[in-house]
Amino acid sequence: MRIEIKNLTKKFKSITAVNDISFKIEKNNTLGLLGPNGCGKTTSIGMMLGLITPTNGEILIDGIKLNSKNRIKLLSLMNFASPYIELPKKLTVKQNLEVYARMYGVINKNERIKELIEDLNLGQFLDKKTGELSSGQKNRVSLAKSLINKPKLLFLDEPTASLDPDVGDFVRQYLEKYRKENDLTMLLASHNMKEVERLCDKIIMMKKGSIVDEGTCEELTKKHGRKNLEDAFLKIARSENELV
Amino acid sequence: MSWYKIYALSLRHIYLIRGSFPRIIDLIYWPTIQIFLWGFISKFFTLNSTYYENTVGVILSAAILYDFLFRSSISYNMMFLEEIWSRNFTNLFIAPIKISEIIAALTFTAIFRTLIGLVPAALLAIPLFGVSIFKIGIPLIFLLVSLYIFGVTLGLLVTSGLIRFGPSFENIAWASLFFLAPLGCIYYPIEILPTWLQLVANFLPLVHLFEEMRSILIEDVVNYYAVLKACIISLIYFVVGIVIFFWSYNGAKERGTLINIGE
Repeated sequence: MRIEIKNLTKKFKSITAVNDISFKIEKNNTLGLLGPNGCGKTTSIGMMLGLITPTNGEILIDGIKLNSKNRIKLLSLMNFASPYIELPKKLTVKQNLEVYARMYGVINKNERIKELIEDLNLGQFLDKKTGELSSGQKNRVSLAKSLINKPKLLFLDEPTASLDPDVGDFVRQYLEKYRKENDLTMLLASHNMKEVERLCDKIIMMKKGSIVDEGTCEELTKKHGRKNLEDAFLKIARSENELV
Repeated sequence: MSWYKIYALSLRHIYLIRGSFPRIIDLIYWPTIQIFLWGFISKFFTLNSTYYENTVGVILSAAILYDFLFRSSISYNMMFLEEIWSRNFTNLFIAPIKISEIIAALTFTAIFRTLIGLVPAALLAIPLFGVSIFKIGIPLIFLLVSLYIFGVTLGLLVTSGLIRFGPSFENIAWASLFFLAPLGCIYYPIEILPTWLQLVANFLPLVHLFEEMRSILIEDVVNYYAVLKACIISLIYFVVGIVIFFWSYNGAKERGTLINIGE
């Protein structure tokens, strides 16, 4: 699935959260969306998920403009995971996966749930209430929910935030493997530069609602004369009121 | 509308109720307390009031019907609040489920929650106070349907407020029905109200429903026109509630609150 963003703008009264951004994510590619807190990453993802109405601009998914009429159809091909949203805490892991499999109209839902349980090692806490899980376990369950419908387009907002290095590495490894084996386009918003370097084909840097730079990891590092992406990020984030 | 998706969302709430014994007890506890309280009040009035003379249980029947309305509305609100409290709100609104399917799922599941609480309480009133709301007969079905539609409408209005103003609107959820109770003429005839308030009260289905209930129980007269009138008023409010819900939802999309609504 290919996604194209054209001149996307979101204004909340006098505040411009996203200012005329345009970019593309080619089929089976992963785009990293980087930027300091409050730069408009989550608002941009919200618009791509149809949760926020853009003030201007359009979102084209496989050439089809996302609007209120086709939103439900397109949502069945997408999914989203973020540590800032959770699944119902009082339901067991199995119940949550079953509910979402039904909501996404998954055919052979039991088979799909079984696959995800095996892939993400959810077996040992399948009958535990989701609220009783550790953050690492919750994160894997959230990831399972985001893959329940075999999405063609996956949005990830800081997927490994607050995870220990071991679980974080497991998640990154799994995402890398899953994308290779499946027809999946990803947009990853993250503050973890190592994760972005590892998973993303292309990176977009946002600041104060605008895109200030874009390119591959190597291109950005080289362009800003830094050793790694983290240093390049710091340079961009700390430069005052200028487009790089 | 996809019944499969409506069932999926209902299942989420059924699992929640089924998996928690204290939650079931909580659902049964409050209606039962109401029955006890109004049962004794009813008994006192029956023995000491000429208006209620020989009509055992008019007040208690009114209390049961009012509680049915109250529970319908609160059930609807509670299910919506559960999504906010569990921070599942965004997951719900990015799932390929239509707003009409969400409304339908909450409406159908609210009856399930309401009946869990009210059926035991209504049955308890029979041996304890010798009062059975089932004595109302066939019109009871219409009264319940109308009350349920109005209860869900109030739920829709409150959830619209939750979407529009965020979780701070929660207090209104609890207060909404108490605000309408004095105007609904649940325990007294409409003539008790000042004339200008009677005009306002006549726009509520509650007045017609409870007047009819008293007419059936006290005078043994069924006026199907009044019952139908109440049902139509409830349906009109329901349609208005749906329109306001959609308006709030679109407003929330404009303001970007659907992505970060939480406790």
